[in-house]
Amino acid sequence: MLVLAVDTATPAVTAGVVELVDGSARLLAARVTVDARAHGELLSPHLRDALAAAGRTLAQVDAVVCGVGPGPFTGLRAGMVTAAALGHSLDRPVYPVCSLDAIAADAAADPPGGPLLVVTDARRREVYWAAYAADGSRVAGPSVTPPAEVPVAELGVTRVAGARVFDFGLPAVGPEHPSPLGLVAAADLTAEPGPLTPLYLRRPDAVEPGARKRVSPG
Amino acid sequence: MTIILGIESSCDETGVGIVELGADGGLELLADEVASSVEQHVRFGGVVPEVASRAHLEAMVPTMRRAFETAGLGLSDVDAIAVTCGPGLAGALLVGVSAAKAYAMSLGVPLYGANHLAGHVAADTLEHGPLPSPALALLVSGGHSQLLRVDDLAGKITEIGSTIDDAAGEAYDKVARVIGLPYPGGPPIDKAAQRGNPSAIAFPRGLTGPRDAKFDFSFSGLKTAVARWVEARERDGEEVPVDDVAASFQEAVADVLTAKAVRAATEFDIDTLVVSGGVAANSRLKQLAAERCAKAGITLRVPKPRLCTDNGAMIAALGAHLVAAGVEPSSLDLSANPALPVSTISV
Ligand SMILES: [Zn+2]
Repeated sequence: MLVLAVDTATPAVTAGVVELVDGSARLLAARVTVDARAHGELLSPHLRDALAAAGRTLAQVDAVVCGVGPGPFTGLRAGMVTAAALGHSLDRPVYPVCSLDAIAADAAADPPGGPLLVVTDARRREVYWAAYAADGSRVAGPSVTPPAEVPVAELGVTRVAGARVFDFGLPAVGPEHPSPLGLVAAADLTAEPGPLTPLYLRRPDAVEPGARKRVSPG
Repeated sequence: MTIILGIESSCDETGVGIVELGADGGLELLADEVASSVEQHVRFGGVVPEVASRAHLEAMVPTMRRAFETAGLGLSDVDAIAVTCGPGLAGALLVGVSAAKAYAMSLGVPLYGANHLAGHVAADTLEHGPLPSPALALLVSGGHSQLLRVDDLAGKITEIGSTIDDAAGEAYDKVARVIGLPYPGGPPIDKAAQRGNPSAIAFPRGLTGPRDAKFDFSFSGLKTAVARWVEARERDGEEVPVDDVAASFQEAVADVLTAKAVRAATEFDIDTLVVSGGVAANSRLKQLAAERCAKAGITLRVPKPRLCTDNGAMIAALGAHLVAAGVEPSSLDLSANPALPVSTISV
């Protein structure tokens, strides 16, 4: 089974080609650029180049796995609409994955250990975070809070993965951004894919106008 | 026969259009599907970029499916894709451009990053056929107010004038709020104006002095003048004659827009004027443009309202002109440019 993996929930523009044989995943090729302003520009070329490096074509792709955030960058939508459009035009399923789960899956492949905290940069001095039990299951989150309000002690986490934007006093493990293998590992490719819905976790910044401002002097 | 897919997402409409370019160069509109998020912006009194961007992501594939259903075509019938890559809202443009790149890549067809403003002009060719060269275009909407000289729809468009502050449609929205009419302000003001007296109040005509820029527009002073006038009535405890204010405001807008357009056509010796953009649907603007163009011997072309507002058909039409002219397609690292100048018709 040939899977395209896409994620634009963090500053990384990630495209990968993963082959699944008898339940084990192998990365054939990936193209990743860390640049929060280049998601729209680079994602499609990265997909094209990763496929070429893997020696495969889009027509051979069986499924698409897409990180759906949480992500603060307007670029999150670049990855999601790309995955949706590919799913439509190739007539293949698109599997949504929480991007934090993908980082957790990668961290689990690091030396395995205790409960894990995954954080990414939510900007505005906040972090997106989720907590995972030792068996890899998500037990809290995804949420968005200031770093100081992440209940580290309460969660009992002993390691942290993801963006190195804040010191939680825990050893850092795993990658900063979701990898193609992490994305595929976090997806349940045997199930019907759920809706491709972004995890914004925040309402749009918009204020309803108050009383009309007067323009006349006095 | 060539099938062109057009994708538009520069503001609050997700548009997908499908146009057939005939061997004779003629255009036929096969589908024009639009999903609007305007309802979601009403309580904010204007387009909220993040709200619009979120709506584009949700609407993109469903709108695409509807367009192909309407056209009775499959994705594999597409020969080229055109997408608005600017000007517009950055986050909104990003959704359409990213989708277009994915479709172009998977279908293996050329991709054209197209200028939204040129698309507004191209929309007219869907209804009225090829444009003579040169032609003059007046684009008026919530986002733009421009006078353009169009020598070649696929190759050369020059800005003659534009607004130095608010777009005409923006002034409509703000004035509607002042006189208690709903957002978007264009249709309700037009309706109220039918009942009002356009010469009841002498509102200022911006940038029409002898030393002012001949072909630029300004609507900010007009908007403020309307607000002052209304406030003065309110302060005196008088009732505000909403219909007269609407009619007099609308008259000032239509007067300036048409006077400058006709003057530009005369000075540049251009005999065809296209009026497009959302405000082109305004009844008084159309009427006054028709009167003044007739008097000056100018052929006036105004596409039907559906083609004037933002849509994918106009981008597909522009794409068809680019294909017909043999313009080089864009590369897959195309990116959105919120400030794309009108002189850059395709990137
Ligand atoms: Zn427009």
